[in-house]
Amino acid sequence: MKTTGIVTGIVSNLVTVRFDGHVAENEICYINLNGVKLMAEVIKVNGKNAFVQVFESTRGLKQGDTVEFEAHMLEVILGPGLLSSCYDGLQNNLTTMSDVFLKRGEYTDPLDREKLWDFTPIAKVGDKVMSADWLGEVKEGWLPHKIMVPFSFEGTYTVKSLVEAGQYKVDDTIAVVTDEKGEDHKVTMVQKWPVKVAIGSYVEKPRPFKIMSTGLRTIDTFNPIAEGGTGFIPGPFGCGKTVLQHAIAKQADADVILMAACGERANEVVEIFTEFPELVDPHTGRKLMERTTIICNTSNMPVAAREASVYTAMTICEYYRAMGLKVLLLADSTSRWAQALREMSNRMEELPGADAFPVDLSSIISSFYARAGIVRLRNGKTGSVTFIGTVSPAGGNLKEPVTESTKKAARCFYALEQNRADQKRYPAVNPIDSYSKYLDYPEIVDYLKETVEKDWVDKVLYIKNLLRRGKEVAEQINILGDDGVPVSYHEQFWKSELIDFVLFQQDAFDAIDALCPMDRQQLMLELVLEVCAHKFEFDTFEECRDKYKEIINVLRQMNFSEYKSDKFYQYQNELKTILAND
Amino acid sequence: MTKAFQRIYTQLEAITKATVALRAQGVSNDELATVAGRLAQVVKIKGDLVTLQVFSGTEGIPTNADVLFFGEAPSLNVSDELSGRFFNAYGRPIDGGPEVEGDHRAIGGPSVNPYKRRQPSQLIPTGIAGIDLNNTLVSGQKIPFFADPDQPYNQVMAQVALRADVDKIILGGMGLSNDDYLYFRHEFENAGVLNKIISFVNTTDQPPVERLLIPEMALAAAEYFAVDKNEKVLVLLTDMTLYADALSIVSNRMDQIPSKDSMPGSLYSDLAKIYEKAVQLPDGGSITIIAVTTLNDGDITHAIPDNTGYITEGQLFLRADTDSGKVIIDPFRSLSRLKQLVQGKQTREDHSQVMNASVRLYADAQNAKTKLENGFDLSDYDNRCLAYAKQYAIRLLSIDVNITIEEMLNTAWELFAEFFTQAETGIKQSLIDKYWPAKAE
Repeated sequence: MKTTGIVTGIVSNLVTVRFDGHVAENEICYINLNGVKLMAEVIKVNGKNAFVQVFESTRGLKQGDTVEFEAHMLEVILGPGLLSSCYDGLQNNLTTMSDVFLKRGEYTDPLDREKLWDFTPIAKVGDKVMSADWLGEVKEGWLPHKIMVPFSFEGTYTVKSLVEAGQYKVDDTIAVVTDEKGEDHKVTMVQKWPVKVAIGSYVEKPRPFKIMSTGLRTIDTFNPIAEGGTGFIPGPFGCGKTVLQHAIAKQADADVILMAACGERANEVVEIFTEFPELVDPHTGRKLMERTTIICNTSNMPVAAREASVYTAMTICEYYRAMGLKVLLLADSTSRWAQALREMSNRMEELPGADAFPVDLSSIISSFYARAGIVRLRNGKTGSVTFIGTVSPAGGNLKEPVTESTKKAARCFYALEQNRADQKRYPAVNPIDSYSKYLDYPEIVDYLKETVEKDWVDKVLYIKNLLRRGKEVAEQINILGDDGVPVSYHEQFWKSELIDFVLFQQDAFDAIDALCPMDRQQLMLELVLEVCAHKFEFDTFEECRDKYKEIINVLRQMNFSEYKSDKFYQYQNELKTILAND
Repeated sequence: MTKAFQRIYTQLEAITKATVALRAQGVSNDELATVAGRLAQVVKIKGDLVTLQVFSGTEGIPTNADVLFFGEAPSLNVSDELSGRFFNAYGRPIDGGPEVEGDHRAIGGPSVNPYKRRQPSQLIPTGIAGIDLNNTLVSGQKIPFFADPDQPYNQVMAQVALRADVDKIILGGMGLSNDDYLYFRHEFENAGVLNKIISFVNTTDQPPVERLLIPEMALAAAEYFAVDKNEKVLVLLTDMTLYADALSIVSNRMDQIPSKDSMPGSLYSDLAKIYEKAVQLPDGGSITIIAVTTLNDGDITHAIPDNTGYITEGQLFLRADTDSGKVIIDPFRSLSRLKQLVQGKQTREDHSQVMNASVRLYADAQNAKTKLENGFDLSDYDNRCLAYAKQYAIRLLSIDVNITIEEMLNTAWELFAEFFTQAETGIKQSLIDKYWPAKAE
């Protein structure tokens, strides 16, 4: 029998429930408000009182309203049909809701239960299987969606029966497996999993050893993110956080992309709805929407569901990872999630940490980032979840709890800078403060040696150093005046401008420059190195400035020209002429 | 207002400056009540102890005050009768007219399903070049003016509202000085557009906590016209900083732990709930929100403008320009995130190039100015930039400009031709060939 209770207290979306029987931490319950059922989650228990956070508005709720506990935690439903869907933070399908307004207590099924899927078996009767082993697959659009032994199955099972290839609905039994005690269990295409628990059905989680390309020079060349790695993008408003994230979503070399719009503007999600079905995935030629799933809890949607939304997204990512796929999770913005935690902690009258955030904020963030990673499956294949979150620091000040906690958890740091944005130097990623710790991984360095070239990392570090020296020199020129420093200072400065304009800056709205594949990045870096190594004879700083401006313009035109086209080579020759005539 | 089932209580257990608490049964969250005749709302229920926020303050309320519960959340009667009327924060007429009859709707209702939204795509012309040319507004957008308290933001907003091509203008005035309230009223009457205006006003002489109702009242009316009537609605909210101040008063009285700048931790969500009501609906209706956020000495890192910037689609910065003696829309710090949805699509093809060139040349003028201040010599180009900047500020950036977008573009071309060579503008040659003005002589 279900545990029941009655409402005894209400402060905004924190409700106190006196219950009979037993409840569990994070258990889901439904509060009955005149026949409308409001979903809520237990976040604290004290004696016979459970404190629950309600995922909807509590307007009209009364003391004495009845509550039913569900004996499970917040779960997502996993199965074919997740891809290309648009869900809210609790995995309700937003596309099948009829009303213009989100109706309180309206919960829609994330999967189409009537649709027929083409199923092909992979396992055979008599096979010994464990959780997450592949029993068969269905075609989910282009994607071979594996039907797995449910993650909740413990121990070894024997496949007793398996349906033949053919069309089935998600709820049809496709296999029967027998456990060690001889008991039979039916397996359908659908399974459930609690969002706050990481899916652990894999053999091992090695250190990341490959790069995931994004087509962005500032990331791939200078601070690459590993497949299965983690990164974050902090920045004040108006610095291009969302543009950068959308650029990554459009171009990253991933099989499946989860976009978690967490507490941000609804119009930005509308942009994805409008554009992604039209835009083409540069790696496969398919429409972008065919590899994208959206989890959308915009800033005006209930706060408690905002916290759930990032977990919902992560769990779906882990599900696809178990199919041996490369998954990328983009969450915009994790600060809103942290703020949701702060609001609840505040209502529960917990003692606050820095800036009134809960004291365990840091551990919550790091355990979430820890769910990303590349994993080796039982069948020897690998799958990965790469996670990039944005952070919206209050007042653009990076010394605040969310940024600091995230910095401890994420391995790549892409700091967006107001100053660069003001100068329209996009992407406004600070070239000096940003870092990728993966460049310190011997596995990654080896990988780059093999896939790019032998001294790639050394070249990149050398260029970075030139840039840093140039920025330092720029300050001296500012203080002492153009004539107050030797011409060699100007040359150093202009080398850094060359690196900045040609390699770091990239036009996300230009059809060609937006996406720069790795071999092209390599060539551009090579050309920049060539210019930097060239011995110019300058008598005045004006000469130096004009020469470098000319070179920058030619190299930028190359960035805007189609790779290896006549025009591209024409500009490359122009560069040769400039250098030869000097 | 008295109804048969109304429950009356007469024993208060606690009184603070903004709240009272009493023991009562069957009370629902967010429900309205009156305490000694003053409007109040349920904000906390703990067992049978109910805490009410009294909007007009608790001065003089005795422990034996009558408390009447209404059994419903704050609401507004919506119908076409709202047009042309002035209301207070509770939605009661303050213009001497009759109560509005119509559909009784709770304010602060649910949000629009993001999947049902459409991408904003309709230009809203205002006649002000600092807006139309550089920071074009789009219907369904939400954008605040960031202004210091001494700047004429209410006048600019009234101008924008009166020139915008919309079906309804809804004014939500929070902590409006009585003079500004009369100014708005006078402007609306003079313009002869009273029939498309609806106002909800809380003036400075009224209790600050009442302000909390204003945005939701205004937006409930807006949703009626945009959703039910498919109309284009423009909502003006002034001043959102005073709204946020009222939020911090209430949270303080409820013993909540403040976060940055003594604002409540929920400030972001509270503001987002209002601003995100801006929407382009599938059936043609739209809600556009233009707000005012007053700044403390231009400080945009304060929690109120900072959170606002993360929520809204850009901001319009007012600045007094000493070179031209005009109040201008600052082209550097202002931004309309949605402008590219209409520029060159609903305006002339040269729009975005002209905008970028004119702002870039203005930036060159700023550099020249810095050089001048630091005692360096100016080149001929620098001098021309400075002369251009002054004319650009007077003829285009100033808030008293009122011309069509076509005229703005032509003006910009005239300025280019007057001060620069074609190459210095860096505009695409095909556009220069088409639009560069012929020499006058």
